[in-house]
Amino acid sequence: MAAKTLTINGLQISAEEGATILQAADEANVKIPTLCHLDGVYDVGACRLCLVEVAGVPKLLPACTTKVVEGMEVKTDTERLRKYRRMTLELLLAERNHVCAVCVANGHCELQAFAWSLGIDHVRYDYCFPKWSVDNTHRLFGMDHNRCILCTRCVRVCWHIEGAGTKNVSGRGGHARIISDLNQPWGEADSCTSCGKCVQACPTGALFHKGSTVAEMERDRSKLEFIVTAREKKQWIASD
Amino acid sequence: MDRVRLATVWFGGCSGCHMSFLDLDEFLIELAARVDLVYSPVVDMKEYPEKVDVCLIEGAICNQDNLDLLHKVRARTKVLVSFGDCAVTANVPAIRNQLGAGNTENVLQRAYIDNAQNNPCLPKCEGIVPALLPRVMPVHEVVRVEYFLPGCPPPASNIKALVGALLSGATPKLEGMQLKFG
Repeated sequence: MAAKTLTINGLQISAEEGATILQAADEANVKIPTLCHLDGVYDVGACRLCLVEVAGVPKLLPACTTKVVEGMEVKTDTERLRKYRRMTLELLLAERNHVCAVCVANGHCELQAFAWSLGIDHVRYDYCFPKWSVDNTHRLFGMDHNRCILCTRCVRVCWHIEGAGTKNVSGRGGHARIISDLNQPWGEADSCTSCGKCVQACPTGALFHKGSTVAEMERDRSKLEFIVTAREKKQWIASD
Repeated sequence: MDRVRLATVWFGGCSGCHMSFLDLDEFLIELAARVDLVYSPVVDMKEYPEKVDVCLIEGAICNQDNLDLLHKVRARTKVLVSFGDCAVTANVPAIRNQLGAGNTENVLQRAYIDNAQNNPCLPKCEGIVPALLPRVMPVHEVVRVEYFLPGCPPPASNIKALVGALLSGATPKLEGMQLKFG
């Protein structure tokens, strides 16, 4: 496969043809924040946190869905990008009811961690305080729509890794939400194999194991990596 | 050096932030030597005084009393600090906002009528029991705030970092995990 050479933050690197900017950056040890990318499933550019600047392109491009091009000049950490990342995160925090103090994922949440790591000490936008429900009909798991950021990781692991196709997105814009089967209570969704991959994939406390209380829920992502390694390398081994 | 006039106020919150303040332990002794605590739930002062240098504000703005006192606090204080998640995000007290219009009637009905074991009745006493606001707000939605100290509650070490910087005349700079919500 042909190699492409490009620069990321002035650093000269090479990447395989077909690689995304996010993959190229990751290999060069340049960290780009993202909430919807998950190793092993296809990218959709849902969270807009990985936006980067590419020389000659006036608009910002998502690093996870933009392929590298020969001679590309990428910047991942400019004042403009920091401004938009902060804005994106604040809008995510304002859109639903992310009450960290009473969340199963408190201390184990990627949204919460990005908020403090990007220096967000308060949200400048008015909180929306929408009314969302919690689906506790599944025997093992729960779905709290209040804490969902619509990254669709759960949808993609369900379709792409488990192959069950239970999870889906219904509605548009601010009314969009994750559904099970034909918009049924999760507990009545026949296609669900109860594998729990969606719970492992979720970046927030939106999907959780029943019986976890505040700050108790820790994920085990190695379970996902195990299957991805098996699929891609034909080796049934844990990565570490 | 003049002693710093420090105040703390307690709006819609559980007092956990004030408990965390008391967790400052021996720093409280150092603090006592450098500040006059001119208004606080832990001192007996009825009226919020004039010319306050720094005020730590715990809690979300939930009722008419909170709102009136907050405007007074802003007018009489140089530096306001949103102290803890309820002040910064409105946090748990704002969960009633999700019920939308009429949430004040709904929560009062639930607390004082539906779940009452004895004498179910709504607390109504003009001038004594303050009316709930239709929407619970974080402090900075109402007045300008200089500094934010998130956390539920903020750990004593972060309170010390912020208050210590203010006392020494430096600009407080909290970063990383010091800014964690929850």
